[in-house]
Order: sequence, then C-alpha cells, then structure tokens
Amino acid sequence: MTADHPRVLALGEYRPSRSVPNSELPEALDTDDNWIRERTGIAARRIAGEDETVVSMAAAAAAKALATAGVDPADVDLVILASCSMPTPVPGGAARVGHLIGATTAGAFDINAACAGFCYGLSLAADAVRAGSARRVVVVGAEKLSDWTDWTDRRTAILFADGAGAAVVGGAAKPGIGPVVWGSDGRMAELIEIPVGGQLQMDGQAVFRWATTALAAVARKACASAGIPPEALAAVVPHQANLRIITSLARQIGAPDAVVADDIVESGNTSSASIPLALSRLVADGRVRSGEPALLLGFGAGLTWAGKVIEVP
Amino acid sequence: MTDNDILAAFADIVYDVARIDTSLVTPEKRFVDDFDIDSLSMVEIATAAEDKFGVSIPDSALSDLKTVGDAVAFISKAGVAA
Repeated sequence: MTADHPRVLALGEYRPSRSVPNSELPEALDTDDNWIRERTGIAARRIAGEDETVVSMAAAAAAKALATAGVDPADVDLVILASCSMPTPVPGGAARVGHLIGATTAGAFDINAACAGFCYGLSLAADAVRAGSARRVVVVGAEKLSDWTDWTDRRTAILFADGAGAAVVGGAAKPGIGPVVWGSDGRMAELIEIPVGGQLQMDGQAVFRWATTALAAVARKACASAGIPPEALAAVVPHQANLRIITSLARQIGAPDAVVADDIVESGNTSSASIPLALSRLVADGRVRSGEPALLLGFGAGLTWAGKVIEVP
Repeated sequence: MTDNDILAAFADIVYDVARIDTSLVTPEKRFVDDFDIDSLSMVEIATAAEDKFGVSIPDSALSDLKTVGDAVAFISKAGVAA
C-alpha cells in the first residue's frame, strides 16, 4: 500500500482567552451591537493578550493538531506558517513554531497570502507530500491583527481579531486534498493594506463587491477540479470575512445541503486563521463528519484567493 | 426599455436583496431613509442591476444614487450610452 496521497490528518486550534463582545468595543468607535451584527454578523471576537503572540498561538494550535493526529513532533519534516500580522519581518515565525512544538529540525518558512494564506499553505504542504520532499507537514494560519488595528476606525476595528488554526498533512492510501484553484489581482493591492508605519485599512465596499461577484466561480472551479459537484458538499468553509459575504457566496455556489461555516459570529475575522478555526469548530460541534467533502475558500489582501475541496479529517 | 420597465425590474431586485415590497419601490423613495438599506446592500443591488440591465454601476457612482428615481435614471442613461 502506498501512502503518498496527501490528506489532512487532524486539525488544531487556539483561541485567545479574552472574548470581546460588541458592547465592550471602545466607545470612540461610535457604533453598537445592532449596527455591527447587521453589517458583519459579528457578535464577539477574540483579542489576544500580551503573552499571546502569533508564534505562541500558532505553536499551541499546531501542538493540538499533532496530538489529535497522533503524530510525533519529531517526525514533522516541514512547518509552514501563514500570517500577515507578524510583529517584525525577520526572523519569520515558522522556525520558532517548529522549535516550540518539538519539530526541532524540520524545514520551516513563512508565507503571506493574507486571508488566503492557509489555503496556499495547505497546497504547498500537499505538493511536498506528493513529491516526497516531506512526509509530515504542519500548516498553521495565525494572526494577531489587534496589533495592527486602528481602534478609532469603526470600518475595520469591529472586524478583525486574533487566533490560530493548524492542520497536519501527511501521506495516506486515499487522496484527501483536491487540486487548488488559486489566483491573484495586484491591480487591487490597495483595497486592503497596512501602509509603511501605519495600521490596517480597507475599502470594505470594494472588497465586498469583489468577494460577492468574483469568488463563486473560483469555488465552483475548485469543486469541478476535485470531481465533487457543489450539491455534494457537506460543508462550505469560506474565509470568515463578513457573514454577508459568506451567505452570498454560499447561495451562489449552490450547495443546499452543506453546512456553511459561521465561526465569524463568535470569532471575528482572523485572516489566515479563520478557515482552520471555522472548520475545526464545525468538526467539534459535530456539524460535519470525518471523510465528508468540505470546500475551503480563502480570499483577501493582495488580492489573492485559493479554493480547494478536502476530506474532513 | 422604458423607465417604467426599468423601475419594475429594479423593484424586483430591491425585493430580492432587501425584501422591500415591490409596490413600495417608487421613484421618490430614498434607499437609506425610507428603506433602511445600507452600503453593502446597495452594492448587492448594484451588482444585480449590472447583471440584469447590462450596465456598469461603479462604487464611485453608487454614493450619488440616493433615491429609486436616481437609480432608474442612471440605468436608463447608462443603457442608452451602451
């Protein structure tokens, strides 16, 4: 029996201990619970404390994923950290994550594809396993966006949050990660950006228009590439950007029987962490079962996007 | 397509997006003050109208469309230009 088909073996998550409901946001934002819920679907978000860093949260999520998978950290060949909110550009965080989880000699690198980062990392992991350059890969999406948030700007401060989600990818007899459909459009780079010396800013209306008009086709193409028609999906797990984007995408994709991830309601928008966090919650809540097909669709700053269908671990 | 035809088709879009009864969608009605339609719903209405009428309604134009009549006039003009 060969074991060179990549699969997600297990997921892990880390949610910061502090949950901030809409009512506890700074008064300077001049907003309220109804306003935020109507426009975003968000009721609360997790905000990391000083001791909860991108690296520490990533390591906590990765350690849980390894424990659930029953994989010895020493057997991890590669650690990929997807993040767009590292506090400094050098060094990257992946090597420190590897050190913290006991994958002390694994290859390690960071990627930044913003909110699509986890899906990009998952593809790289699958390709590494398929090619034989790694047998066990840890992929983590981890963000501490609260460090980069303008807490006086209600267009963004109500949205962004912190957390980490991880997956262990390894070889199996049966394939479990479908082909990736990815792309980018650098013409719209300024729609979501952190300018030099600045804080996160976003043209929400333009992003909303893009997300609700351009991405359903990406999702359907990912389904076609995997040989899974949308109506056969058990779960649709878009990046948790805004519940109204999620709802619109789900309707356009046409997966009437699928559960649609809505982790954003309690977790806010955690960029690269949102997809593994949302899928992990669906699994924990028993809303999807092991072996069922789930569509993952990452999209965000760049602009970048990546969709794929995986089997739920 | 007459302005009345555009209005009727546009009212269907407003119903689909915001669940406003089509009989209430008349030219003098204001999207924000009368229908409580927010900026994201306006984007949804605009993209649906783009599909239905084959016109382009960029975000820069959207903020000037305060009433149903503004939108019908914009679509009518854009359609003629196209």
